[in-house]
Amino acid sequence: MSKPSDLVQGTLDMLILKILALQSLNGWAISQRLKQVSSEVLGVSDGSLYPALHKLEHRGWIRAQWKSSENNRRAKFYSLTRLGRKQLENETANWNRVSAAISGIVSLKEA
Amino acid sequence: MDIERWLYSLPVRVRSFFHPDQVDQELKEELREHLAQQIQENVARGMSEQQARHSALRSLGGVTQIEQQCRDARGASFLEDFIQDLRYGFRQLGRSPGFSTLAILCLALGIGANAAVFSWVEGILFRPYPAVAHQERLFALAGTARGETGATELSWPDFLDLRRGCTLCEDSFVSKITGSTLSIGERAETARGSIVSANYFDAIGVHPILGRGFEPDEDAGSDSHPVVVISYQLWRDRFKGDPEIIGKMQRFNSVPHTIIGVAPPGFYGTFVGWAMQFWVPASMEETFESGGYKLEDRGARWIEAYVRLKPGVSHAQAQQEISAIAGRLETNYPATNRGRSIGLWPLWQTPFNNAGTLLPTLEVMVAVVAFVLLIACANVGNLLLVRSFARHHEMSIRLAIGASRVRLLKQLLTEGLILSALGTAGGLLAAYWCRHALVLLLPARSGVTMYLPGQIDARVMLWSAGICLIVTLMVGLIPALQARHLDLAGPLKTESSGVVGARGRAWMRSGLVVLQVCLSFILLVGAALLLESLDRIRTASPGFSTTSVVTTGVSLVAAGYDVPRARIFQNELMDRLRALPGVESAAFARVTPLGYGTYSSTPIAVDGYQPPLEERPAIDYNQVTPGYFATLGIPLLSGREFARTDDESAPLVAIVNRTMMTHYWGGQDPIGRRLQVKGRWAQVVGVAADSKYESMRETPRPFFYVPLRQDFVRAPVLHIRTSQPLPSMRAALVREVHALDPNLALYEMITLQEQVNRSTSPQLVAVTSVSILGGLALLLAGVGLYGVMSYTVAQSTRELGLRMALGAGAANLLRLVISRGLRLTAAGVIFGCIAALALTRLLGKLLYNVSPNDPWVFGLALAVMAMTAISACLLPAWRAARTDPARVLRN
Repeated sequence: MSKPSDLVQGTLDMLILKILALQSLNGWAISQRLKQVSSEVLGVSDGSLYPALHKLEHRGWIRAQWKSSENNRRAKFYSLTRLGRKQLENETANWNRVSAAISGIVSLKEA
Repeated sequence: MDIERWLYSLPVRVRSFFHPDQVDQELKEELREHLAQQIQENVARGMSEQQARHSALRSLGGVTQIEQQCRDARGASFLEDFIQDLRYGFRQLGRSPGFSTLAILCLALGIGANAAVFSWVEGILFRPYPAVAHQERLFALAGTARGETGATELSWPDFLDLRRGCTLCEDSFVSKITGSTLSIGERAETARGSIVSANYFDAIGVHPILGRGFEPDEDAGSDSHPVVVISYQLWRDRFKGDPEIIGKMQRFNSVPHTIIGVAPPGFYGTFVGWAMQFWVPASMEETFESGGYKLEDRGARWIEAYVRLKPGVSHAQAQQEISAIAGRLETNYPATNRGRSIGLWPLWQTPFNNAGTLLPTLEVMVAVVAFVLLIACANVGNLLLVRSFARHHEMSIRLAIGASRVRLLKQLLTEGLILSALGTAGGLLAAYWCRHALVLLLPARSGVTMYLPGQIDARVMLWSAGICLIVTLMVGLIPALQARHLDLAGPLKTESSGVVGARGRAWMRSGLVVLQVCLSFILLVGAALLLESLDRIRTASPGFSTTSVVTTGVSLVAAGYDVPRARIFQNELMDRLRALPGVESAAFARVTPLGYGTYSSTPIAVDGYQPPLEERPAIDYNQVTPGYFATLGIPLLSGREFARTDDESAPLVAIVNRTMMTHYWGGQDPIGRRLQVKGRWAQVVGVAADSKYESMRETPRPFFYVPLRQDFVRAPVLHIRTSQPLPSMRAALVREVHALDPNLALYEMITLQEQVNRSTSPQLVAVTSVSILGGLALLLAGVGLYGVMSYTVAQSTRELGLRMALGAGAANLLRLVISRGLRLTAAGVIFGCIAALALTRLLGKLLYNVSPNDPWVFGLALAVMAMTAISACLLPAWRAARTDPARVLRN
């Protein structure tokens, strides 16, 4: 799969935070969830997920822990930190504002 | 908020910085897990095992790329990359040890030369007295004469008035170099010391490790305070570190002095170039200086001084105040001070010690080492270019698998940094070893411990680090400029060996060689000019004979002779000397020309001559005995020599030089006319030819002579014209002196040629250092040319083989290669010529009677350059000529 488009790149962080806000998951599960929620429209490659996870971890928004998964295999589980939750709130608010503005513009009737 | 963020992210960052392997390992595991789950999922969807694996791998993408992206995302990657580059760089250097050694040696040479010269500049010019407090505010103080450049000494009363009047000075102190005989046990030798004001040790902030410094009143009175502070070295070497030394008596110039203190180790006094061994207060001046009691004589100029300005006071402000004080002194004491002022010099321009004499040389050396550094960089740059060609393939692969160009640039710069840092370390080591090397260039003289240390302090280190950075950029960016032209597909398609050097690359290499040739040509011209002027200054006639005349002194003052005894001794020695075989003539004089001693100076008056207001009324003169002019070979233009009858009871007489005759008597014969010397009238009895008095570089100036008997000094210098070689002359003289008084010692005996050589030793230092560095530069340029030519030949084997196959002979190929080398050289020489024409003028003061554009010198430099170029091209050309066409064509 190719690199995600610029729009996705910017919003990928927010999507990951949103997904992790619901429950802590491992990398593969996050990628499955991403495909699910975005109906594969955004076209996020599995490969570009991991750099994004590393970046978020370094910013202190998510936290990683090694745990045993259901079938007793060790996997790295990511969960949201308090800081990440705040960031998500900010970004969601931001997104709502921007998308409302954009959809307002886009839905203008041509004169 | 920020603290909270660090709370979360710091542990992660620390871990990824210190344990990158572990983090990478975890990532691999994570990705493996991802794949495993994806495969499981795919199988569940009904794919075969193999299909499931392929699909999972495809959707994940390149694992290596993900790893790199993750590393970038972790943000710590700058340092991490740097460390990785460092490791990689070291591995690369280890892989080609020949290249690495050569490159590091080149850089160590270039940077080491810079560090050494800067350590000298620091240790000799800027921070010459490491033990002295606040030397950054220290300035040299000396007299000036209107209408003349250069400095004169100060008189003690003038100094006291200045000290009282100067509100901007924190401290001012006197430090006048002197010598003494020193007999401890069986050994007697000369020692160097300083006559200082009583506040000396307090003012410089140096505290004796034993005993005390001087009391405030110890610099007043006539021979009233025979106390001495000795150097640590003297205490350790000559007094065996005697802990009970304080209070013991030691004879200095045969006057018993009480040792009151021992200076700390690492303190060598305040005279750049010489290490001082003792310090006496100014009140003891008569014991060490000829010319009687001078502490109350405003006309006697003999001291050298320093001031420390208050914090924040500028040189100009202080000079203004000091000039004002000197102006008042001039008004109040016109008889001694008319036309005189007082000047302030930064330490690095100190007019009365070796700082001032070495300044022009060090200035030139700073420029020269900058050139050497550039040449070294060009050389290493060339080596790197050749290597970057070999690494072309590697670079392309790296680009192809996803490295960014910035990342490649970083790596090249890191490799440059490794080279330059190792070079700098080597250079600093070399500079440390060379820190005392400057002394080796100066002629040794007996009784003087030369001390010209390089100082490798924080400032020099910082400077070297700066140079290291610049070098890094230069040697790192040269191959980087090449990497810019990298083309991805090319090398991947054709494999590595088939890439023939791009035109740009060849152009750049040639450019670097041209630069090297150009710079070393400039240095060659500079070295040749200096060599030529040294030769001219040493062979120029100083106006007196330099061969077959020797000069020495007898320790009359040191042995405690008073004036009548000295007079008798001088007469008796003269009689004995003249009877010696091989001695043509002999004479005493107060000062030997071009020596360190200072002439007496007096205001004069001449009948019928009204001096213009701005003219300095005082003129230097020398006290000489009969036969002086014959002995030194100074021609008398008219009149007569002094005779034995010109003694203290006879009318005063004088002999003037030609310039004085022209100036004061309008060129008319002054014989029989009157000249006022020290307020008494003397009759002119002769005119002597002009000669050099203090320096070979001086222009003719008025000067006159008076008989020693009419202006007596106890310890004059002896001059002997003899056909005997120096050692036997010395032995004979020692015999005669000891026959008169076995307690007397003879000072060092040298020829007047040696005297001339010593007075021109700064030129010698300049010539030696510039020649050594110029030679190095030439060698580097030769190596550079050789490298480029060998490389060109190696690259064009195919072309050479073809030419040969088509009928070109070995001689043709030889000519082809050499002519290409010479073309590069010619281009460098042309640029070098243009630059040298503009630059050699900067040698200014160091040149003597040589035009900075002397065509012979340029010709010589050209010849040397051409020889070097031809020899550098010979081996590659020979290799080209031996090309085997059959083998080349087969390949």
